[in-house]
Amino acid sequence: MAKKEVSFYPGCSSQTGATSSNYLVSLQSVCQELDITLNEIPDWNCCSASIGYGGGGELPRLTLSARNIALSEANNAGQDIVSPCAACWLNTRESQERLEHEDKMKQDANTALSEAGLTFNGGNNIRHMVEVLIEDIGFDAIKEKVKKPLEGLKIAGYVGCQTNRPFGIAGESFENPLYLDNMIESVGAEAITTFEKKVQCCGGALAFSEPVKSQEMIKGIIEAAYDNGADMIATPCPLCQANVEIYQDQINATYGTKFDMPVVYYSTLMSVAFGHSAKDAALNGQVIKAKQLEDIANK
Amino acid sequence: MSDMNTAKYRTNFLKEVEANVEEGEWVKMCMQCGVCAGSCPLGKHWEHPPQEIFMMIRAGKREEVLTSDSMWMCTSCYNCIARCPRGLPITHIMHGLATYAKRLGKISEKQPTNEFSQIFWDNLMKKGRVNELKMGLSMYFKDGFGQGIKNALANQKLGQNMMKAKRMNAMEIMGGHGVSSPGDLQKIIAKAQEIEDSNIQDQS
Repeated sequence: MAKKEVSFYPGCSSQTGATSSNYLVSLQSVCQELDITLNEIPDWNCCSASIGYGGGGELPRLTLSARNIALSEANNAGQDIVSPCAACWLNTRESQERLEHEDKMKQDANTALSEAGLTFNGGNNIRHMVEVLIEDIGFDAIKEKVKKPLEGLKIAGYVGCQTNRPFGIAGESFENPLYLDNMIESVGAEAITTFEKKVQCCGGALAFSEPVKSQEMIKGIIEAAYDNGADMIATPCPLCQANVEIYQDQINATYGTKFDMPVVYYSTLMSVAFGHSAKDAALNGQVIKAKQLEDIANK
Repeated sequence: MSDMNTAKYRTNFLKEVEANVEEGEWVKMCMQCGVCAGSCPLGKHWEHPPQEIFMMIRAGKREEVLTSDSMWMCTSCYNCIARCPRGLPITHIMHGLATYAKRLGKISEKQPTNEFSQIFWDNLMKKGRVNELKMGLSMYFKDGFGQGIKNALANQKLGQNMMKAKRMNAMEIMGGHGVSSPGDLQKIIAKAQEIEDSNIQDQS
């Protein structure tokens, strides 16, 4: 009997061949280790992220998430809906709240869903994967699983925006959440608590549409990591990870910097610390190689 | 959506916003403290920061608000929401104003975030899930073939890096991931769109 079963909403970017496919691979190895069963919501759709609003407006956008929730209710009844993606989690949780608080909106969404025979009821726990790990499993249980402590690694915990605001993690502050630092410490690495860009925006979707403005912010995040002596940055968010990792070449070309800072997920760290292979931890998915983690994984 | 009858509100833009803009009924709660402006990561790029937009709405500056590209600077970081002492859902109001301005044809088609937003939405609606490869190409080629080639070349190394890391897949061009019945999803969303449109017209 598995310790924990959840209704899993992986999100578009975690699919094979997509930008955070490495996140899902490393997370799967972590969940296997911690006895968490991920029951994927059958036939889930995109949540429209934080940028679809201009095309979709209000009700169509909320209805997208209502469809996922309806599918979860029908197929994974009673299970918490859990996503590893900040935007997926935020949109799903926000949509449920909006539909629960506004009768007309709920009615309208259900009228739309009935076109395909679906019904949204509500009342689900909609959680980020991080909540499952730190609230249900706990730091102590995580520590117990560590076979290869990440000793000597200095890691800047970059929480970013949407895992932190508007909902955030219970008991944490918006300005200085500590759970990511605690996760980093649980796997034996050193968390850089003075990293001042912990909750700074990376530009989000505007990294595509406003690259100059966004890369200026990304530059600040990486600079702060270097200034604090970080070996790497770790984050819980797929878009933060991509934005902070993959544009370093372009930022170097624009600003004359020499950035070469690996950016990994908390699940990458956990997978390696739990003794999994570089492949399980998806270290091959790094655009900027995390050499130190590779060394530990290959030890 | 030029057939939308908004004449009733011409003398009261606040009422129009309350009726037709997502979370618009919160606008009057703003107390002009400016914490949103100071908290916005792209604050310096806003022609009018949120608290100014809110006061302009109350002052009836309809054209100035709806034609401003300020709202499109929102990165959805939710810092303003987290800090607003009055609890205004500022992020959503900005998205709502942006979307409303777009409905009324007030915003330039070439506003880059407006363009990206539509490209993203159209992309996800085709198969129910985002096709990242096609989305990237649509962005590169949005200003024509010549510019597209230039953009693609400028980002060539980035693309190669992502392919090498298996985080981008050339085969996505053949179709890629999707829901089992995109037609059903499209029917659901078309219905939602129809209801949304009729709600707005009803109130005008």
